[in-house]
Amino acid sequence: MPKKITIEPVTRVEGHGKVTIQIDDFGNVRDSRLHIVEFRGFERFVQGRPYWEAPVLVQRLCGICPVSHHLAAAKALDVIVGAGTGTGLTAVGEKMRRLMHYGQFFQSHVLHFFHLSAPDFLFGIDGDPLVRNIIGIAQEHPDLAVQGVMMRKFGQEVIRLTAGKKIHGTGAIPGGINKNLSIAERDELLKGADPLNADKMVEWSVGALDFFKNYHKNNQEMVDGFASFPSNHLSLVREDGALDIYHGVLRAVDNDGKKILHDVDYQEYDKYIEEEVRSWSYMKFPYLKDLGKDKGWYRVGPLARLNTCDFITTPLAQKEFEEFKAYTNGKPNGMSLHMHWARLIETLHSAEVIRDLLNDPDLQNEDLVTKGSKLHKGVGVIEAPRGTLFHHYEINDLDQITLANLIVSTTNNNQPMNTAVNLTANAFMNGQREITEGMMNAVEVAIRAYDPCLSCATHAMGQMPLEVSLVNEANEIIHRRTK
Amino acid sequence: MKKPLKVLVYGYGNPGRQDDGIGNEMVDMLNEWIPEHDVSCIETDSNYQLNIEDAEKVSENDVVIFVDASKEDISEYKFSKVIPSGEKVEFTMHAVSPGFVVDLSKKLFNKTPDAYLLQIRGYEWDFKEGLSANAKLNLEQAYQFLTRKLSELSCIRVNKSINMLD
Repeated sequence: MPKKITIEPVTRVEGHGKVTIQIDDFGNVRDSRLHIVEFRGFERFVQGRPYWEAPVLVQRLCGICPVSHHLAAAKALDVIVGAGTGTGLTAVGEKMRRLMHYGQFFQSHVLHFFHLSAPDFLFGIDGDPLVRNIIGIAQEHPDLAVQGVMMRKFGQEVIRLTAGKKIHGTGAIPGGINKNLSIAERDELLKGADPLNADKMVEWSVGALDFFKNYHKNNQEMVDGFASFPSNHLSLVREDGALDIYHGVLRAVDNDGKKILHDVDYQEYDKYIEEEVRSWSYMKFPYLKDLGKDKGWYRVGPLARLNTCDFITTPLAQKEFEEFKAYTNGKPNGMSLHMHWARLIETLHSAEVIRDLLNDPDLQNEDLVTKGSKLHKGVGVIEAPRGTLFHHYEINDLDQITLANLIVSTTNNNQPMNTAVNLTANAFMNGQREITEGMMNAVEVAIRAYDPCLSCATHAMGQMPLEVSLVNEANEIIHRRTK
Repeated sequence: MKKPLKVLVYGYGNPGRQDDGIGNEMVDMLNEWIPEHDVSCIETDSNYQLNIEDAEKVSENDVVIFVDASKEDISEYKFSKVIPSGEKVEFTMHAVSPGFVVDLSKKLFNKTPDAYLLQIRGYEWDFKEGLSANAKLNLEQAYQFLTRKLSELSCIRVNKSINMLD
């Protein structure tokens, strides 16, 4: 009898989503979907508010990557206050924001790898779910668990000292920042007692990469074949093609590495990107207008960034990048689990950048803000840990926000996550008489690789876990799993 | 001579959701009270939610008091012991419970502080800042209770045995 599997909630992700998998009479997967079931409303909430409140208000979208929203909004408002489009800030203004952003990147990537994904690597996708979690790691691999905790703490301290608070800080303001980094604060991060210092973070980041590469070496077929599919990739890159998560131009490449979006100014993002609405999810499906919705969807995030950029500016990460690129002979990498490899290269890059920035005396400068002539529209784009994040605001003569449009990272990855779910459901469930917890976790592993922030993507309220259900062809639920 | 006790009061919640911010408000009040009293052994922290890395901070203290808003049908406030527990692993690792954090402190850092949870009854949870009138009254009573307890933990009285539930 045909059936439908429901996985709800998808675990070890942020937010509440569910997966439905439709299976026919012969046990073959007919269709699968990742549904986002909460409604968002932030674009409406901010309308009518004074524009300078936006960087503080919008970060309430998310307790996970508030810094990304804070900075994307601040960048959009830089344009509105006449401080230019990402390069008009003072040296201390730009570098403090970069330090804040790399601190956020570092702690977010660390949380994802050590606490959300490592349990699948260490205990197996079909491992005992009672052990396959952070407590299991703490018991079986305490050194790794302690590293994860301390690395995340370091990233949080970078955020606290640059943004004023660990969560929902106020460091970035339209046109600049409201504080610099004192020598004492700098030394706290640069020369902190072991292990809370920048050198140790670089060292541990190298160790985390080695851990993944070793796992890959021993499980190459699974890692390479798991939810591997061709796609386009989109991200910011610096104007010279370097990886840059704070500012740059928009670039997209296709599966062969050919540029399909040619380093364009993101102030005009709406000339190039369209969003499709589908009835079964509150999350939109963005695509490149020129290619249309069937061929124009793209991936964002760590894998996409390493597929679009030409090089990395820090030496240790660049060396790892070269190894990563060589694995696919320089072509874009479409293997979903290689997202973890890319994420760890970015973790190392972040640790190196943080160390370099801390040694930069510009951070102690006192010219914090740039002023200019006011405009009525501004777009801010940043690479959040999960991918490209767009903030677009328009204001009236009373300085009130009249329009806000946000395209968050997880929304950009909506079609890729659905593709990954479909491939994984086919690979693990086709022709199986019984659907096991391990098979359903495989579907979650595919989603988890993208590190989705579902609450952020829908601007949801409250608690948001994820669910998988098995339905028949009459759409009746046969089996449902809720976590 | 014994080392002075180290005490952490950790308030958590979202001040943008009215009474959910009651734990953070308590910490703000304590931050004014602490310098005026002989309690320099007491440290405070506040955040929107408890996180995994809080296990490290918790492990550095002898006594930890978590302060959180409660929707439960309790009187003005409720003070109880936190039992370390890693049994209930949440679907997300982005927010964890006091018992989970204390259990993680034990497993990762081999330290199990005496931990308590002070729950304060809240009533309104809309998208606004500021506590409801009734929550403010409960907070005031809970503050009187907590400062009395903390006074008993004066860092000078290092040999005093601790039983916060008395």
